[in-house]
Amino acid sequence: MSAAQPSDAKRLVTLTVNGLERSGVAEPRTLLVDFLRHELGLTGTHVGCEHGVCGACTVRMDGEPIRACIVLAVQAQGASIETIEGLADGEALHPIQQAFREAHGLQCGFCTPGMVLAVQSLLEENADPSEQEIREYLSGNVCRCTGYVGIVAAVQRAARKLAGAE
Amino acid sequence: MWCMLERVKPPRFRYCEARSVDEALALLAEHGDDAKLLAGGQSLIPMLNLRVARPAVLIDVNRIAELQTVETNGALRIGALVRQRRAERSEPVRAGAPLLGQALRFVGHPAIRTRGTIGGSAAHADPAAEIPCVLSALDAEFELRGGAGARVVGASEFFVTTLTTALAPTELLAAIRIPAPSARARSAFLEIARRHGDFAIAAVAVSVELAEGGAIERARICFANLADVPYRAHAAEKALRGARIDDERAVREAAEAAVGDASPASDLHASARDRLDLAKVLLRRALGAIAAGGSA
Repeated sequence: MSAAQPSDAKRLVTLTVNGLERSGVAEPRTLLVDFLRHELGLTGTHVGCEHGVCGACTVRMDGEPIRACIVLAVQAQGASIETIEGLADGEALHPIQQAFREAHGLQCGFCTPGMVLAVQSLLEENADPSEQEIREYLSGNVCRCTGYVGIVAAVQRAARKLAGAE
Repeated sequence: MWCMLERVKPPRFRYCEARSVDEALALLAEHGDDAKLLAGGQSLIPMLNLRVARPAVLIDVNRIAELQTVETNGALRIGALVRQRRAERSEPVRAGAPLLGQALRFVGHPAIRTRGTIGGSAAHADPAAEIPCVLSALDAEFELRGGAGARVVGASEFFVTTLTTALAPTELLAAIRIPAPSARARSAFLEIARRHGDFAIAAVAVSVELAEGGAIERARICFANLADVPYRAHAAEKALRGARIDDERAVREAAEAAVGDASPASDLHASARDRLDLAKVLLRRALGAIAAGGSA
């Protein structure tokens, strides 16, 4: 097998997004978040700081949270990506989304898609997190409106909903 | 408008995926200084986005299976490409390097650790980062591979200065070896940061081996962000030898000696003097936590 040669040519990227196989074209330098938004038309994932600090672009790759602004689209070849568009079941919000609405876990909503995906991973790993655990896990998702009180309450409410207690 | 048209932040580069270490080394030999290896990308891609790094060629090593193994054979051997999140959850890593397990939760955030690798953080060599600090405290050895063969260097040789290691442009970091901990070893990792997950203003990694009755037989102490490389506090290590870990006076004296000739930077987060004071406090707290029997 001869070694691959580096190239800046556009290439076809095929991946699974929210359970459906999707394809698009990306330059090697195209960031995954821009590929999702502009090539696949999934604008639910937001672009914030564009250097991996704010967490607005959080999506899930092969079941784990990542920051889509610091992963290249070409690196997601063959991966399974989950975005905010995959959460609701038609008109029915996902329990985490319901909890954010009920507990005022958002105001302007810019950070919310990334926040919700991060919370989904948190609650999969830890079904009943303490306030400290919630704050530590979400420390990489910056919200400039709420002061986080509503977000913490929303995560606790979502945990109860997912446990069938609410 | 420019952003809307371009829809990208990094400058143009040529990209390819290496499927084996040999293939990566061949590409490095061909492209040398123009090329950068792309591992987890959690430091490199931000630098590309901000255009402070402009490599002509990116060699993506993420699909090289031989760099992703964790083995325990006396020492713990962690493949350079092992993700931080995987290491954090790995029983062999937690047993073979408890200090690393304690420190990983301070490395960025979960979404960063999903992609970030142990070897990538070491090779990036940010003196404020947790992983280089822990690897220095544990006397880790670094397996480097190049076209001319393999070599192994210790932590004090590997970390040269800020963002600079002993790696030649044609070499890659293949694995990190951590000597097996003594059954009497106890460790703690503490840091002070503005926000959980931020780079530490100051951090300390401590591993001590205790005799029956609590006397310290051997202490290993390393600070992050006090110098251009992880700062091993040899003076404090020496001062603590033979002292009881619950001897508050000995601990206080060791902490005073610990920062020695360190000359940390002042920045908007803390002055150099504050950093030195915080380092002493962190060391006292870490030793106190070990003495209290918990892991910090």
